[in-house]
Amino acid sequence: MTEPQPAGAAGTALKASGLRPVSLIAGLVAVLVAVIAGLTIGPVHIAAHRVVLQLLDALPGVALDSGLSDAHAAIVEQIRLPRVALGLLVGATLSMSGAAYQGAFRNPLADPYLLGIAAGAGLGATIAITSNLGDGAGALDPVPLAAFAGALISVTVSYAAGHLGGRSTASLILAGIAVASFLTACQTYVLQANSDAFRQIFAWILGRIATSGWSEPVLMLPYFVVTAAVVLRYRRALDVLAVGDEEAAALGLEPRRVRMIVVLAASLGAAAAVSVSGLIGFVGIIVPHAVRLAFGTSNRAVLPLSVLFGGAFMVLADLAARTALAPAELPIGVVTAFLGAPFFVLVLRTSRREIW
Amino acid sequence: MTAAVSVRALDVTLDGTHVLRGIDLAASAGEWVNVIGPNGAGKTTLLRALLGLVPFNGEIDIDGLTDQHRRAARARKLAYVPQTPVIPPGMLVADYVLLGRTPHRGVFAAETAHDRMIAVETLQRLDLGGFEERAVQSLSGGERQRAVLARALAQQADVLLLDEPTTALDLGHQQDVLELVDALRRERGLTVIATLHDLTLAARYGDRIAILAQGKVAQTGPPTEVLTVQNIAAHFGATVRIVDDPEGPVIVPITAAGRSQSGTEPGTQNGDQP
Repeated sequence: MTEPQPAGAAGTALKASGLRPVSLIAGLVAVLVAVIAGLTIGPVHIAAHRVVLQLLDALPGVALDSGLSDAHAAIVEQIRLPRVALGLLVGATLSMSGAAYQGAFRNPLADPYLLGIAAGAGLGATIAITSNLGDGAGALDPVPLAAFAGALISVTVSYAAGHLGGRSTASLILAGIAVASFLTACQTYVLQANSDAFRQIFAWILGRIATSGWSEPVLMLPYFVVTAAVVLRYRRALDVLAVGDEEAAALGLEPRRVRMIVVLAASLGAAAAVSVSGLIGFVGIIVPHAVRLAFGTSNRAVLPLSVLFGGAFMVLADLAARTALAPAELPIGVVTAFLGAPFFVLVLRTSRREIW
Repeated sequence: MTAAVSVRALDVTLDGTHVLRGIDLAASAGEWVNVIGPNGAGKTTLLRALLGLVPFNGEIDIDGLTDQHRRAARARKLAYVPQTPVIPPGMLVADYVLLGRTPHRGVFAAETAHDRMIAVETLQRLDLGGFEERAVQSLSGGERQRAVLARALAQQADVLLLDEPTTALDLGHQQDVLELVDALRRERGLTVIATLHDLTLAARYGDRIAILAQGKVAQTGPPTEVLTVQNIAAHFGATVRIVDDPEGPVIVPITAAGRSQSGTEPGTQNGDQP
């Protein structure tokens, strides 16, 4: 047995596992490195220091000469920067949503697609593509709109069906599986009836971080902000929920309310991410678990760090997707799995932490 | 200020099954009441009803607090040690004990210096000083049970509900935990309501025993009155002998072989009690 310590001295020593400054700095450095790499590397190589100067120059009240030609400045600011921004937003949203789902369902295998978002978005996109709803751009493009609607409908139906089945997390997950299977069957039917659209639909399913100017990141931004605001606010509640619904309720929490709010917020962000960039798998599971292995399991650290590392991971994955077979682009879903899986196994092997 | 618990005409129906029927039970401030009864008698449901975790009819009053109050208010009055606590993977002892401060700090707020001080004091009182940075999962059974108890004590509630607190422990640790609860009860004037399977322990620790059988309170009273050969035969279907010990009755099971040797009918032998 350890000797009792004087309460005063130990009182200052006891620390809750929150977000430690060193973890936060690591996450910010990861984002910075990813952003600079994303802006620097490409068919036209642009020196990193010039990219940094160009970005600082764009800040209000700062005037710096990056030495970039107008053409190169345009590549950085109008082609690469929106794409990097979208990668950050999509990666951050999917990772954070995955972490939130895992916390809310107390299930390491939960990802943002658990309640049928992927299947719903897939069906929506498939219908939009096969019925030739026209070629709007940005906010008016019918494919993301249909995907978004499909994703939200599937989550709503899953949630309603799960509550009919007895309100446990298991019944909710099973309802999600049933809804996803049903929607996937519908999608397959539509697909078979329109085999000429196969390629286009398949490309959508595999996902991409593609931008035409700033419309996609601008479209994504409010969803990211709402999801992050709600999910991060509930980070402590998710730590309480970790002891299960019954004990959490005995500690004064309303477990079902917390779960519903967190899951709906996470679903909103994930649905938006899926509609602008297709079904990018893996990120929502791998990034939060890597964060847990590296920085501990408290949601107070896992949620904010998933935002940072998720964003950085997606920007780097997109960089690989557009450079590996340049000028052709790999589907980003392929890259996230191809790079992410070995990396995760490495983290799993080197970490001694018990995360689940 | 200590609390008292009073339950009147409590009825609980779960999935169409009438689990508790007309329960009347009271515990005065600082009292320790053990609820015993066979498996499925409704012991855990009774605790869950007290915690407001299941819908019920009837009246539950915990120091003036009724079911109209919010969960957090209830959690400041009632602390709960479940039979099989869910230990979140990777959670450190410090964070686990600080969970007990949730009803005081509010769900969205960070813990204060006061919360941390309470956590440290509780850890030291339960001999867990120095375990703060350990994962709860990595603790031994006895240490883990003390960590769960520490979380409950950090709630600073006046009433402590224990659901089979000794189930997973060896005899030494069973004794340690119950002694600890008894000491804490005296120090802090806690009211304790516990369910226990071990009848001898139930007789040793605590002031009164309530037998719960088929959803009803069959009898309430001091251990010597409640723990009779007849009661145990009737409600547990067990054949036992009761040995009187200065500290309370000792319940000794009789084997089938022992029964045929002594030639008595099961359930009628009254052991050492006249």
